[in-house]
Amino acid sequence: MVSVTRVQLDARRLLCPLPVIRTQERVEGMAAGDVVEVLCTDPGARHDIPAWCRVNGHQVIDIEERGDELVITVQVGEAT
Amino acid sequence: MGYNGRFNRNRVVVPMSEPRKAVALISGGLDSLLAARVMQEQGIHVEGINFYTGFCVEGHTHAIRKKDRDKPKRNNALWVAEQLGIKLHIVDVIEEYKDIVINPKHGYGANLNPCLDCKVFMVRKARQWIDEHGFDFIVTGEVIGQRPKSQRADTLPVVAHESGADDLLLRPLCARNLPPTRPEIEGWVDREALYDFQGRTRKPQMALARRFGFTDYAQPAGGCCFLTDRQYAVKLADLWKSRGERRYELDDIMLLKVGRHLRPRPHFKLIVGREDGENRFLQGYRKQFVHLFPVSHKGPLVLVDGQVDDDDIELAARITARFSQGRDADRVEVEVNTPNGGSRTLGVEPLAGGDVPKEWYL
Ligand code: SF4
Repeated sequence: MVSVTRVQLDARRLLCPLPVIRTQERVEGMAAGDVVEVLCTDPGARHDIPAWCRVNGHQVIDIEERGDELVITVQVGEAT
Repeated sequence: MGYNGRFNRNRVVVPMSEPRKAVALISGGLDSLLAARVMQEQGIHVEGINFYTGFCVEGHTHAIRKKDRDKPKRNNALWVAEQLGIKLHIVDVIEEYKDIVINPKHGYGANLNPCLDCKVFMVRKARQWIDEHGFDFIVTGEVIGQRPKSQRADTLPVVAHESGADDLLLRPLCARNLPPTRPEIEGWVDREALYDFQGRTRKPQMALARRFGFTDYAQPAGGCCFLTDRQYAVKLADLWKSRGERRYELDDIMLLKVGRHLRPRPHFKLIVGREDGENRFLQGYRKQFVHLFPVSHKGPLVLVDGQVDDDDIELAARITARFSQGRDADRVEVEVNTPNGGSRTLGVEPLAGGDVPKEWYL
């Protein structure tokens, strides 16, 4: 079985588009299927991270609200 | 008008085995959207690049204030990329950009916007990027005469030359008014199918947008960043003056976008949250600033930027009370906290409205 890397990224207190930029930096170099859980507080990330994923071929597999925090789970897509 | 006739001409683009690749500077506005689309129409593989300077209007305050939170929001550069079906690379240039804002070789526009240096900087970054990623040329949405400082007939060559992009920089919307660039000379793109827009009018862009079927595009008024905003520039200039040097950190420029800023004394400034969203945002800075909030009444979180003594704290507390719901009360209890966790409560009389001079407001 191929092992999937799962990492967390703390983007709390960062304002958009910084959570997107940090996600982009983290995803770079990861393999297709790997997962990044982005922790953020800027509600704008709820729109921007999925938009960035759609544009760049990644997938948001979950968005969870934890109080004032958001956890956006991104699965890395195939490099094109 | 020159642009009219060409809209309906059928143009055969000779397909190449491997399409040429261009990176387009995407600001989120209409012009760069169109420029990239024109390239796609010519069979060029386009990807977008967007530089985040820290001053960009994207993001930020709309996410902080409640009234803005309720508006549907989007990042315009990402929206543009989605419309075009292209990848978008957002690049953090916060650190490198400081030198552009602080020491612009070509000076500032109407406020603290160093537009010409900024353009040169971004195209230079794009030039490096195409080398690193094996792309052929750079595309921008610049139009001759569109902006008084950075997009003039005499400044467009400055951007091309000083950035080092030279003839690898193509401006599809006004290319036919400029000398042919390498992509045109080599036949990667058809010069005849490019445009000759010029001047401040937006009509040709709007007509081209209609032709491509773009409707919901962003139309920023002043420019693409906060440095063109007068109020913002006043606050940034005040920050530099109070520090005795032209320097800033990312937190500084974020805080300039939030709350009311008052400078009651030359050596300190107050940042007063205007509503819950801002108060919550300012709470993130409690470990960096002396901060106050009323405890006997509802009211703002107030950060103190500067070195303060007891008299200053008393004044800050009275101002905090002034902006609280206890403004008409005889006394308001205000909690004063230091970054290291020290805390005390002061009972103060709210400052009367007439005692807050207009000059304190930045
Ligand atoms: S408005 Fe701001 S981002 Fe746009 S060119 Fe001028 S300085 Fe650069």
